[in-house]
Amino acid sequence: MARQSALKHSTPKKRRALQEVSNPQAEHPAPGLDRLIHERLRLGIVSALAANESLTFNDLKSLMNTTDGNLSVHARKLEDAGYIAVTKSFEDRLPKTEYKLTAAGQSALESYLSHMETIIQQMRNR
Amino acid sequence: MSPLHIVSAPVKEPPALHDRAMDNLKYIRETMERATAFTNISGGGQVAIGVTALAASAIAARQNVFKNWLAVWCAEALVALLLAGWSMDRKARAAKMPLLSGPGRKVAFSLSPPILAGALLTVALYRAGLVNAIPGLWLLLYGTGVITGGMFSISIVPLMGICFMALGAVALMAPPEFANWFMAAGFGGLHIIFGFVIARRYGG
Repeated sequence: MARQSALKHSTPKKRRALQEVSNPQAEHPAPGLDRLIHERLRLGIVSALAANESLTFNDLKSLMNTTDGNLSVHARKLEDAGYIAVTKSFEDRLPKTEYKLTAAGQSALESYLSHMETIIQQMRNR
Repeated sequence: MSPLHIVSAPVKEPPALHDRAMDNLKYIRETMERATAFTNISGGGQVAIGVTALAASAIAARQNVFKNWLAVWCAEALVALLLAGWSMDRKARAAKMPLLSGPGRKVAFSLSPPILAGALLTVALYRAGLVNAIPGLWLLLYGTGVITGGMFSISIVPLMGICFMALGAVALMAPPEFANWFMAAGFGGLHIIFGFVIARRYGG
């Protein structure tokens, strides 16, 4: 009920984000695809972390050009799946959240990349 | 009576699977490039540039002829360029991203126009006998390049550019006997301070 009300009173962009969060399988991609990282923001987080040893919450927020809430929801999903590792600490008395890609995350990204390449290759072979 | 034409709305076909796959690959590549540009500025390299700049300003301060002073700083510019290229390349290799992909090119394209403008204005000011304005001009234009190049990077980089510009503005107004101090504070001090912060916060 609360979610329906939130959807009704939000902007189209926010509504889309809320729908994606509440139903990650809304878009039906190819079978066998890792849907967890297929979502754009999560794919962006994993890609950005693959190019860096670690990134802070604020770095990712600025890179992905997203809101605090949206980033934390999607980062949480990746963390729950074991794709990224989170370290919370304090720097100059300010809380600092740092993200790193785990071995599972790295391998999930590699599988996703090879899946995409297979789809393209199949089309070229036709 | 003319016949009635029923016009139906055009049906927009969903993008093909392979188109989406290509789009996803492009998105991954662009995000990785942006993320690398974000931190490919090497803090350690900047500290090294700052140290050589401090040495250069000490040597330049001892020169009585302007041409020699200029030669010292031209040599330092070359050393700094090599140090910056080497340190950024090392950091890019560690992240398994080629330096001259999208991010490296963006930084190079943003930095080079103000540096080229600075070189041409140096010649013009030297010919006009206005050499006292050169240190302020260099700091100001270098700051401009750092701000524009830093737009693709971590927010601390444009902040460093602002500090260079502020120092350059003060140097332009200050008496010429302080010129070497401003050069040491800018190209030496600011590089060392910001280099330390970048190295500490952004891994090298």
